[in-house]
Amino acid sequence: MHAIREAIAGFRRAPLLTALSATMVGLALFVVGLFGVATYNLHEALSRIEDRVEVVAYVRDNALDEELRILEEDVMAMPEVVGVRYVSKDQALEAARRDLPEFEDLFAGLDTNPLPASMEVELASGARTPDVVARVAERMTLHPAVEDVRYGQEWVDRLFLLQNIGGIATLILGSAFAVVAALIIGTAIRIALFARREEIQVMRLVGATNGFIRRPFLLEGAITGALGGTLAAAATWGAWWGVSNAVFPLSWIPWSWVLAGIGAGAAFGLLASAVSIRRHLQEI
Amino acid sequence: MIRLSHVSRDFPRRGRALDDVTFSVEKGEFVFLTGHSGSGKSTTLRMLHMADRPTEGEVRVAGFSSKLTSDREIWKLRRRVGFVFQDFRLLPGRTARENVAFALEVTGTPRREIGPRTSRLLSQVGLSARTGALVEELSGGEQQRVSVARALANEPLVLLADEPTGNLDERSARGILELFRDLNASGMAVLMATHDLDLVRSISDVRTLELSGGRLVFDSGA
Ligand SMILES: Nc1ncnc2c1ncn2[C@@H]1O[C@H](COP(=O)(O)OP(=O)(O)OP(=O)(O)O)[C@@H](O)[C@H]1O
Ligand SMILES: [Mg+2]
Repeated sequence: MHAIREAIAGFRRAPLLTALSATMVGLALFVVGLFGVATYNLHEALSRIEDRVEVVAYVRDNALDEELRILEEDVMAMPEVVGVRYVSKDQALEAARRDLPEFEDLFAGLDTNPLPASMEVELASGARTPDVVARVAERMTLHPAVEDVRYGQEWVDRLFLLQNIGGIATLILGSAFAVVAALIIGTAIRIALFARREEIQVMRLVGATNGFIRRPFLLEGAITGALGGTLAAAATWGAWWGVSNAVFPLSWIPWSWVLAGIGAGAAFGLLASAVSIRRHLQEI
Repeated sequence: MIRLSHVSRDFPRRGRALDDVTFSVEKGEFVFLTGHSGSGKSTTLRMLHMADRPTEGEVRVAGFSSKLTSDREIWKLRRRVGFVFQDFRLLPGRTARENVAFALEVTGTPRREIGPRTSRLLSQVGLSARTGALVEELSGGEQQRVSVARALANEPLVLLADEPTGNLDERSARGILELFRDLNASGMAVLMATHDLDLVRSISDVRTLELSGGRLVFDSGA
């Protein structure tokens, strides 16, 4: 009760500094929020793409039936693999004719079928990561019957790379803002401590516990942080809304992420003020 | 109750401010601590509520040893020891009543007890009539009474006072001393530092300690 009253009094004393602190926390978390939206949408896109990710091994024209059987058994034995489908040369040509009618003339003029037979491997839905795909592909390459393996590797890799770059950028920008936020919260708490110097001295004199003396300032830091988190959530939502309406539709992140962000802001504010209190309370 | 054993205190540039001081104060005793300016009275009293610690020797107060009590535990000692300063150290902009209630609030007194206990404390120091006045509106003597009421808030075993009459005229000073005598009569130990020898001499039956250059040079009760 006392702590809540005093924390509110702290905001009244230095509203500008509180606003600045909250804004900096907000900026730090806004960067994280944008990354969150991007990551979330990337994941959604990836999982859609992933449904289509399969490994295709092109088979030599002169491969023996026995070799094909061993290949199929070997691939099926891998736990990530849920199915293998053999597509013969004829089926491949037929499919090409069907899918690419504009090349009908070209296909009609062929003496021999230039398309290879292939083995299409379907992966379990949880296993469509670059690692697994590469491992399955590599294993298949080892078989003498296999000429070449394709698995849309390039752009799966590229999407993951993009995500990693985004992550690093977020980390750098987010930490920079976080450092500034911590400094400002620290200053605000320090000012609050000194403004209440006399009271703190009396509290110590009459035997208030350290925890009791600290609590209002910790609370002040936590509330500032939560305020920043809320600000960031609002800004992120604004950015999301803008992009969704003007550029291309994006999914909004789960509300549990938003709550986690606000919680992270509060925890951050609490920590920043704890550090500042530790440093400055003994000076009083 | 209070025991100093071979207590010395060295300050970095100043050197030795207390030098091998040993004395004790029993439950319910009234003791004057006298000595010239700079003789170490305040330093001694600061040791007694552990605002400072000895460089050598040991201080024991109300069962708390300067060697064993961590900074985190000092609050427990502070609730057993009331402290009064020459300059009152009241919170400005608050009433007498609020200043006393503050000490109860911040030490976790249940809310509904704070009102009645504050009234009782203020009447104990003879201030029932002025409880609603801001501290700035009170005379020095009245302010010191408020600070005594605050010091009594946690029902301490001992009252430490550092020149409590230093800022007061003779009449108020005498009033404060009377108040201390009353508190002592009801069982509270009082250790009062002062260099007002007239005040000390005005009372015959009180034990007097004298410090000089950081050494204990006289103890009337020893
Ligand atoms: N924190 C400190 N750092 C350095 N020297 C100090 C410190 N505190 C006290 N002293 C020195 O210790 C000596 C004793 O000081 P103390 O305040 O105990 O004297 P006192 O008897 O209370 O004097 P007065 O009657 O003027 O209040 C003084 O010489 C003072 O300068
Ligand atoms: Mg002194």
